[in-house]
Amino acid sequence: MRALTWHGKHDVRVQTVPDPAIVNPRDAIIEISSTAICGSDLHLYDHYIPTMKSGDVLGHEFMGTVVEVGAGNRKLKIGQRVVVPFVIACGQCFFCQRQQYAGCDNSNPSETAGMSELLYGHAMTGAFGYSHLTGGYAGGQAHYARVPFADVGPIVIPEGVEDETVLFLSDILPTGWMAAENCAIEPGDTVAVWGCGPVGLFTIQSALLMGAERVIAIDEHPGRLALAQKLGAVLVNFANTPVREALAELTGGIGPDACVDAVGMEAHGHSVDNVYDHVKAAVGLVTDRTHALRQVILACRKGGRVSIPGVYGGFTDKFPIGALMEKGLTVRSGQTHVQKYSDKLLQMILDGKIDTTFLISHRLPLEQAPEGYRLFKQEQNSTTKVILKPQQSAVH
Amino acid sequence: MATEPVLTATTEAPLSVQHSSTEDGAASAEDTEGEVIGRSVTVDRPRSELYGFCRDFAHLSRFMAGVRRVEVLDSQHARWVVGDADELAVWDTEVVETRADALIAWRTVSGTELLHRAQLEFRDAAGGRGTVVTATISYEQTGGRVGEMLARLFHRDPRTRAYQDLRRFKQLMETGEVATAAPPNAAPRA
Repeated sequence: MRALTWHGKHDVRVQTVPDPAIVNPRDAIIEISSTAICGSDLHLYDHYIPTMKSGDVLGHEFMGTVVEVGAGNRKLKIGQRVVVPFVIACGQCFFCQRQQYAGCDNSNPSETAGMSELLYGHAMTGAFGYSHLTGGYAGGQAHYARVPFADVGPIVIPEGVEDETVLFLSDILPTGWMAAENCAIEPGDTVAVWGCGPVGLFTIQSALLMGAERVIAIDEHPGRLALAQKLGAVLVNFANTPVREALAELTGGIGPDACVDAVGMEAHGHSVDNVYDHVKAAVGLVTDRTHALRQVILACRKGGRVSIPGVYGGFTDKFPIGALMEKGLTVRSGQTHVQKYSDKLLQMILDGKIDTTFLISHRLPLEQAPEGYRLFKQEQNSTTKVILKPQQSAVH
Repeated sequence: MATEPVLTATTEAPLSVQHSSTEDGAASAEDTEGEVIGRSVTVDRPRSELYGFCRDFAHLSRFMAGVRRVEVLDSQHARWVVGDADELAVWDTEVVETRADALIAWRTVSGTELLHRAQLEFRDAAGGRGTVVTATISYEQTGGRVGEMLARLFHRDPRTRAYQDLRRFKQLMETGEVATAAPPNAAPRA
C-alpha cells in the first residue's frame, strides 16, 4: 500500500510499504477513505517529539471502511464505515473503566512502554502514528490501517453521512470539546483561547455551546481569526496588540475566567521569553517553547481555570509557578479521552448543532501529502485544515 | 528507593526482594550477580483467576518473552524451551511452594547453567482494584559466561524482562491479548 512516512525533520514521503494484517483477535483492518493532517503532526514534522524512527507511518485522524475483522471482535462488521479515535484504548483497564481512555494501561506494547515511563513517570497510552513513546503504531495517512481493540474505539457512522462532517471525531473535535469542558464554564464566564488552529476553533465553538458569555480568540493570522469571528468570538491579534493588556481591558481588569492553551510546545511570539525559548530549543537544551502557556497563566483571573489541550512533550523552564500558586489557578490538561465523547458528539453533528466543515481549507490526494505538510507548516494563514484522500489519484 | 510496600503483607517470603529502579535495560551482567529481581503490577482480575492461569505452566510462554514453550511434565515439574534458533536452551523446573490463590514458586532442577528460583505472588489490591502481582527471580550466578547466555537468550537484561513480562501478563489477563506494534504486519513501515 501507499503511506506517508517520516524520515526526519521536514522530510516526509509517500512510499510503498507492506499492507497491515490482523494480528490480535480484537483487531480490524480499515480501508481509509479520508484522513487529515493534525497540528500535532507538525510537532513530528518539526522533530520536537522524541523516539521517531525513519520510516514511521504518520497520521492519527482517519476513517474508512472495515475490510477485515479479527475473530474476537464482536462489534464491527465488514463494510461498516467507521471513524477511528487517535487514542488506542482497551476498554477494560482501571483507566478505561473510569473513561480516562487516554490513560489506557494496556495499549502501549511492553517493549515501548518503559520509555515513556522513564520520561513521564508512567507509561503512556498507545496512539496511531505518533512516535514510539506511544507504541510505534502505524498511522492512518495510508491506504489501510490496522486498528487494535477495534471493538472499543471505532465509531460506526450511519449511511448517507459525508466523511468530512464526521472525520474530526477522531481527534480535533473531541479535543476542542474536552478543552472547553476543562474550563468548567459557568454562566457569565469569559473564556480566552490562545491559538485559532483547528483545536482552538473547536474549543471556541464548544465553549459557546456550553454557555460561555463571551469567547476571546487570540492568534496572529487574520485568516484564522476570521474563522473564529464567524463562530462568534471577540478577536485579539497578538501581532499588533499586547495580549495581557487587551484581555484586562476586555474584562474590566478581572481577567478571563478560563484560559485555554491551544498552541502547545511550539508557541510563536515576539517577546523576550519566547526568544529565549527559541534559542534554547535550537541548541537542544529544552524541548518545549511555552510562551503561550506563560501568558495564559499570567492573564487568567484569580481562582480561574487553565485548560491545556496543546501538546507538550518534555520540559520547560521560566515556568510562572508563582502566578499559578498565588492566584489559585486550577489546571486541567491531557490527551483527549476521545471514546468518552464519541456518541454525544456524533449525535450533535447529526442534529446539526456542531459545524465541523468550516475549517477545511485543502483536500489533496494522499500522494500530495508532503505538500500538505509544507502548506500547513508554512502558510498557516490560509491553510487551516488539510484532508487527504488515499483513494484519489494524484493530480499533476 | 521505596521498597517497603511490596512484601509487607507477606509472612513467609522465601526470597528477599530488592526492587529495581530502572527499566531502561542498561544493567550489565555484573549488575545482576546473585541478585534478586522483583517487580509488581496491578491486574484488574481476581486473585483466583490469575493464580489458576499461572499454575498451568504451559500458559507462561504467552507473556514471558523468549520462552518458546513450557511443557508440563507432571503437577510439580515442567520443561522450559527458551530462546530462538540462534540460541536455544532447555531446562526443567520443580514447584517448591504453592499457596492457593497467593503464591507459586519454582526452581531449576536440571539441564541448565542458569540456576534460578522464581516466584509469582498474588495479593488483593487496595480499593478493590484487582490483584497486585509480584514477580521475583533470583539467579544463583549471573555474571560472566552465564550472564552472557542470559543476554543472548532473552535479548534484554533481567530487570527489563521482569517489567515487560508483567506488563504483557496484565494486558493478556485484562484484555485477552498482548499489545504489539511489531512490523510489518502489526505496524507497517518503510
